[in-house]
Amino acid sequence: MYTAASFAAGFVFGLGLLVSGMANPAKVLGFLDLAGAWDPSLALVMAGAVAVGAGAFAFMKERTRTLLGAPVLLPSPRRIDRRLILGSLVFGVGWGLAGICPGPALVLAGAGSAKGLVFLAAMIAGNGGFEFFEKKKRVAPGPAPVRSS
Amino acid sequence: MSIDWNAFTPASALIGGAIIGAAAALFAVLNGRIAGVSGILGGLARPQAGDVSWRIAFVAGLVAAPLAWGLLAALLEIRVDASFPALVAAGLLVGIGTRYGGGCTSGHGVCGISRASPRSIAATVAFMAAGFATVYVARHLIAP
Repeated sequence: MYTAASFAAGFVFGLGLLVSGMANPAKVLGFLDLAGAWDPSLALVMAGAVAVGAGAFAFMKERTRTLLGAPVLLPSPRRIDRRLILGSLVFGVGWGLAGICPGPALVLAGAGSAKGLVFLAAMIAGNGGFEFFEKKKRVAPGPAPVRSS
Repeated sequence: MSIDWNAFTPASALIGGAIIGAAAALFAVLNGRIAGVSGILGGLARPQAGDVSWRIAFVAGLVAAPLAWGLLAALLEIRVDASFPALVAAGLLVGIGTRYGGGCTSGHGVCGISRASPRSIAATVAFMAAGFATVYVARHLIAP
């Protein structure tokens, strides 16, 4: 049931990306191009998503079990550190280069886009690079690294 | 700044956004987790017992959405203008950056802002600013 719910959430998420235009990199770049002919649509995508999401997260706030009886794993680290900001800046540069972020990368792959598949392969390689450097850091002597995710 | 009214699609943006929000809500209420795509996918690079199948299921759902859509209707416009070398560079940056930053547009953006998390709001401001700056440089300084 837990796995089926996870599939359903991913599926609905993917439909939302398709309907909203987030899965169209040209449209994403139109939003990020403030100095050009600006397409403000994606601001409304965020507004629509937060309007619906906020209620659910408020409902879950005090609960320790989900409606399926699973433990609630909604961590709230509050630290704003260099790692968070630098990582997000690097992500933003990559996002601005292609107009693709991780969710749409998977949707593009499913749509059979060759360019989407190339992006996804590079993104997974980037994930692998992160794991490689993290593992190196973990076995290195010195204070244990703090995981932020 | 000039608004491109022809490209502006407020209805589908709001409806699509609400569907994305509903997916995040479903995942929070049933699975008790943040629907953060970079973390869900990235966690597969560090597989742990009992922690793999739900990740694969979520990823499979995202991949299946356009397949199911394609069976029922014509796929909406998908246009990727970036060149292959740019896509490789962009993918690497997104793959590394989202893991160091602990999230992407879904986890920090949609879920984090929905929870009013200061950490996620800071991350979202950072990646949006970098995205705006990158497009500005690429479109108006390098290739105007």
